Amino acid sequence: MFTSVDDVSARLAETGYLASPAVATTVFLAARLGKPLLVEGPAGVGKTELAKAVAQVAAARLVRLQCYEGVDESRALYEWNHAKQLLRISAGRDESWDETRTDIFSEEFLLPRPLLTAIRGDEPTVLLIDETDKADVEMEGLLLEVLSDFQVTVPELGTVTATRRPFVVLTSNAGRELSEALRRRCLFLHIGFPEEELERRIVRLKVPGLGQALTESVVRVVGALRAMDLRKAPSVAETVDWARTLLALGADTLDETVVRDTLGVILKHQDDIQKAAAKLDLEAL
Amino acid sequence: MTAVAERITGLVGALRGHGVRIGTGETVDAARAVEALGLADRELLREGLAATLLHGPGQRALFDSVFDLYFPRGVGGPREAPLDRETLRDRLAEALAADDRALMARLAAEAVDGMGGYGSSPGSDGWSAYQTLDRLRPQTLLARVRADVRGRDGSGAGFADRLLDDEIRGRIEEFRRMVAAEARRRVAERRGRDEIARRGVRPTADRVDFLFANRDQLTELRRAVAPLARKLATRLAARRRRAARGTVDLRRTLRSSLSTGGVPMRPVLRRRRPVRPELVLLCDVSGSVSGFSDFTMLLVQALHDQFSKVRVFAFVNRLDEVTGLLDHGRADPDGLGARIRAEATLTGWHGSSDYGVALGEFAERYGGAVGPRTTVFVLGDARTNMSDPNLHAVREVARQARRVYWLNPEPRDRWGTGDSAAPAYAGLVAMHECRTARQLGALIARLLPV
Ligand SMILES: Nc1ncnc2c1ncn2[C@@H]1O[C@H](COP(=O)(O)OP(=O)(O)OP(=O)(O)O)[C@@H](O)[C@H]1O
Ligand SMILES: [Mg+2]
Repeated sequence: MFTSVDDVSARLAETGYLASPAVATTVFLAARLGKPLLVEGPAGVGKTELAKAVAQVAAARLVRLQCYEGVDESRALYEWNHAKQLLRISAGRDESWDETRTDIFSEEFLLPRPLLTAIRGDEPTVLLIDETDKADVEMEGLLLEVLSDFQVTVPELGTVTATRRPFVVLTSNAGRELSEALRRRCLFLHIGFPEEELERRIVRLKVPGLGQALTESVVRVVGALRAMDLRKAPSVAETVDWARTLLALGADTLDETVVRDTLGVILKHQDDIQKAAAKLDLEAL
Repeated sequence: MTAVAERITGLVGALRGHGVRIGTGETVDAARAVEALGLADRELLREGLAATLLHGPGQRALFDSVFDLYFPRGVGGPREAPLDRETLRDRLAEALAADDRALMARLAAEAVDGMGGYGSSPGSDGWSAYQTLDRLRPQTLLARVRADVRGRDGSGAGFADRLLDDEIRGRIEEFRRMVAAEARRRVAERRGRDEIARRGVRPTADRVDFLFANRDQLTELRRAVAPLARKLATRLAARRRRAARGTVDLRRTLRSSLSTGGVPMRPVLRRRRPVRPELVLLCDVSGSVSGFSDFTMLLVQALHDQFSKVRVFAFVNRLDEVTGLLDHGRADPDGLGARIRAEATLTGWHGSSDYGVALGEFAERYGGAVGPRTTVFVLGDARTNMSDPNLHAVREVARQARRVYWLNPEPRDRWGTGDSAAPAYAGLVAMHECRTARQLGALIARLLPV
């Protein structure tokens, strides 16, 4: 899939994803070793975006399982289309029950969900299991099963084995601690807040109209906010939002008033705004 | 075994020695990663090994220190003739102003080489980061670097200028870390990397002894509260689910079997009462054990929705309820200890711990806080300063409570030495050794009622 770590960085960059060395190396290895990639990190650092970017450069289809509390096999793996089965039964052709039963438990009545979809295709696939920590513990058993042999058994149909293993990305916000067993299956990648240099490049890429000096100041202030131990530290997504806001306001330098008026774009909690204002020596809000 | 395989084995062994769980599967993956990445770029190698060997973010700092020993930046000291102190400081000031990490690392190597050696044998007996930094004093460069940066950026009038001092301090801190890593590398060349990986590397925060943790480590521990709480919440939920499954309710099973002609098709399980337990914490917050009790209070605070009620009491030689202070502590965990000591009445005539008086005060004034659903945790080293331990009060609390546990941050072999009344208390309630965050996590997961 990739010839080298540099190849990963270069091709991801073409899609608009700027990878740190850690990200590029781990993606390269996941492809080489054929192992799922578990990506952990705070909200808004580009975990989901990474999976999308990988799919794009690999010209693969992206199959996404969005996890949430209560997601279960019928949402993740497959389900029978009961309504259609009932219709078929009541359409009642002249046949024995055995024949009907064989028929209604066939491909035609199957609703494949992301895990099955990802395993069945022949084309290159990136399977994104997003926000894994939101799913209940029971779900992990299923994931483990699927991720160890890349096969799924549908009792009525038999066992489906992947002819081509998908590139799997699991993301987690560490809302719940994932089990040791699941972690062991995966390569581990922690994406934290980016280094200043990388973040400047991201801002330049996403908000090209913003002046260089202002870009630099934006990244410095965000860096300072992250060191403040706030309830919710600003992420890359907030940096980009802030840069866009400043561009829209036509600001060409940061000053006290601009920062004070736009702090709400970067910080979401009122007490964080208060704390940051105090530490940045802003006049009372 | 090839040299590289040996390095990997050594690295894995050292990490395991520090409590990182690494199986053979991961070791094989690590070797495959090295093969795929090659040895040319050390930073890629670092990332590749971390991705294959680690499973969580908490182990990364430890990993980096150990990696630096097994895949060192180089061998021996710098080749150039040593710089004198003033030249070194000049160059360091430039590097800090430009935030040039590569140059900073080179200067760290030169600094250790020129100023860190001690002893009398040819070359040196050892290398000390402390001595290096003490002679070089990088922290005194702040003003110079500030002036330098302002000079090159123009006026320095921009808004971000007010961040400059903190940024420079951060860079100096980074330089200190580089010096420490370099000194470890040089020492490892002399005394063997296995030895240094075992003793010279900072353990992960959850394995630091509460009683010996320094300020930085305590700060790091406070950051670990939220992840640990999440982990514990997951485990408690699993235990609760298991408990709720309960035993078979025979009567209801038979009743429901009437619909199947009296054949019990489906056992009905007795559901356990869904009432969440109540928790009372009695914390010795005197100087010697405050690191331990502060951490535990924050952890319990983070877990509060696991209980129907949590009440927290702090004492030195007087006891006061601090539940309210803890609620407000969420916004500012770093200041919690100071606030408790400032706002609660914890001392009477003198400033040292008196378990007997404090426990007596609890039994007398707050006895009503403890009922048959309450689990009580006492946190402290049971060092009574030779006063009466008041076993009667403890017996009284134990009689009213569902369970009483005592968590003692001292090693077990110190219990009963000097003024420790630990054995006497341990005779009445279950006392557990609890020296590190890791031990505390394991105890809470096991002991906490669900
Ligand atoms: N390295 C990067 N290169 C380019 N854009 C990035 C990068 N990192 C983050 N972003 C930007 O940040 C935004 C948020 O990223 P994303 O939604 O993937 O975050 P996330 O980590 O999945 O967050 P959450 O945990 O909230 O789901 C993206 O829209 C993207 O524009
Ligand atoms: Mg996401």
